[in-house]
Amino acid sequence: MEGMVNQLPIGLSIGAVLLLIALGLTFTFGQMGVINMAHGEFIMAGAYTAYLLQGVGFLVALPVAFVVAGVMGLILERTLIRRFYGRPLDTLLLTWGVSLILQQLARDLFGAPNVQVASPEWLRGGLGILPYNRLFIMGLAAASVVGIWAYMNRTGQGRRMRAVMQNRRLAATSGIDTGRVDQRTFFIGSGLAGVAGVALTLIGPVGPTLGTYYIVDAFLVVVAGGLGQLRGAVLAAIGLGLLNSYAEFWSDASLAKVAVLVAIIGFLQIRPQGLFFVRSRALT
Amino acid sequence: MAISEVTVRDAELLAIEEINAAGGVLGKKLEPVVEDGASDWPTFAEKATKLIAQDKVATVFGGWTSASRKAMLPVFEKRKALLWYPVQYEGLESSPYIFYTGATTNQQIVPGLDYLKEQGKKKLFLVGSDYVFPRTANKIIKAYAAANGMEVLGEEYTPLGHTEYSTLVNKVVEAKPDAVFNTLNGDSNVAFFKQLKSAGIGADKMPVMSVSVAEEEVKGIGIDNVAGHLVAWNYYQTTETPENEKFVAAFKAKYGADKVTSDPMEAGYNAVHLWAEAVKKAGSTDVEAVKKAAGGVSLDRPEGKVTIDGENQHVYKTARIGVIQPDGQIKEVWNSGEPIKPDPYLKTYAWAGGLV
Repeated sequence: MEGMVNQLPIGLSIGAVLLLIALGLTFTFGQMGVINMAHGEFIMAGAYTAYLLQGVGFLVALPVAFVVAGVMGLILERTLIRRFYGRPLDTLLLTWGVSLILQQLARDLFGAPNVQVASPEWLRGGLGILPYNRLFIMGLAAASVVGIWAYMNRTGQGRRMRAVMQNRRLAATSGIDTGRVDQRTFFIGSGLAGVAGVALTLIGPVGPTLGTYYIVDAFLVVVAGGLGQLRGAVLAAIGLGLLNSYAEFWSDASLAKVAVLVAIIGFLQIRPQGLFFVRSRALT
Repeated sequence: MAISEVTVRDAELLAIEEINAAGGVLGKKLEPVVEDGASDWPTFAEKATKLIAQDKVATVFGGWTSASRKAMLPVFEKRKALLWYPVQYEGLESSPYIFYTGATTNQQIVPGLDYLKEQGKKKLFLVGSDYVFPRTANKIIKAYAAANGMEVLGEEYTPLGHTEYSTLVNKVVEAKPDAVFNTLNGDSNVAFFKQLKSAGIGADKMPVMSVSVAEEEVKGIGIDNVAGHLVAWNYYQTTETPENEKFVAAFKAKYGADKVTSDPMEAGYNAVHLWAEAVKKAGSTDVEAVKKAAGGVSLDRPEGKVTIDGENQHVYKTARIGVIQPDGQIKEVWNSGEPIKPDPYLKTYAWAGGLV
């Protein structure tokens, strides 16, 4: 019984991890329609940033990782992805190739074995069943959501971003430089992946293939939540986290994965566009 | 090649270099052809075919997961070529075209259980990745436990590459076992140990006996997270033999002073030397001749004396239980005293009767 009660905070913390890895994708995939398979490698870049900055401090790594991964995303967008807008399948192959190249790059730079990233002193220990590092991840996910919400709803840039998302051509005719909005969106989306990467060093492996462990889950959250929908992503992440937690508690990890996939497939039959979606008159 | 395969390859290349420096085999230098199985099972089979058919190699050293070996097995049997497999595995196999230089279950898992029993750990929790090695290993563990008055409180599998262990840790905590027997593969170990440690469970409360965590993985897991836990292998970097001193020094000289050596690396390194010895004895690299000559070939290796069992093509190996130290090395706390005869089908163990 105690175990079952414990699964509730565990489910929420799994949800927080899912949310953190998926937040960036709600921008790049959700808003821009780019199926970015290299998103996982931006997470990896964030994790390695934490590794390199171990002496400096864990909290410093968060903004640095945001910039590192963000700049990587920006370069990817400027050099390659922008040539492929409107061709989702090509983008998928392209970014998958990029992800393989980035994994190999990490292998060459840092070696194939996982590297050691020690948790900071102040994150050791825990409160009840939840270790401090899990609570930290939950806090970080919440802070990121608030930050993004404020950016999208309280700033001019955010407003333009939403305009482009809802109707690219109309936004362009209204004088919005959609190219610049795309760049900024990609920078932020990729940067958030970097932040997630730093947090993941607390609980998971830090190695060249780190990104591959999270990429599918990240897409699942975005698809279930509805493309580009912040509240959709939040609800989907928490829902999937709880489902995962209890399904695994009552069966096992493999069956929990099955349960989550079945739930998502079933859900998308009823609501193909996800939890939330924007009604617009755009043709695309 | 993933993390660990790369270093096994490096160790094998070192062995080839040593053999060539000593004049080669039958007056010829060995020439390595390296192929990458990319941790992908069909690729292993494809590359094995290429090595045999196109490169016409004398023998192949390689494979990592049991799945990779199972994928290559039909290739070697069909083409009557020879594979040397360097990793500890779940036993219950004895292909006439494979030599197994890593431990089979009675040289690793059974001694690991013997040790836990000796330490009075009666209640076990089994944690493993969801594939052939852990599932078979756990079958053996359950049979052993039933026959030795031990109790298995839980048995959990996670998909390969799984990184979310909070639920599993919660289940383990609730079950309150004396020890955990861990057959997780690869990066999952990192996530498992990190999350176990942050749940406040240390080796003093609940030691974890691992059979896939060696020197190389310790650092990636984080020494803090795994220090004090137990491992079962046949070789550690710290194993005290003159051959090991030489091996460690040669490996560091070739690949860097910060490199560590581990059990699968040593088993790969041994495989090359054992093959060369068998070829010398046979006077030919012909597969059938080498197979025939290999039985009884015996060498002093870093792990101690190893001898090929001609019957099942496994190797006599000394079992060693170790504790992970705060410096990332592994200290031996128990060994079997003498090399154990390989018994992949556990025929000599009464309790294993129902397994095969």
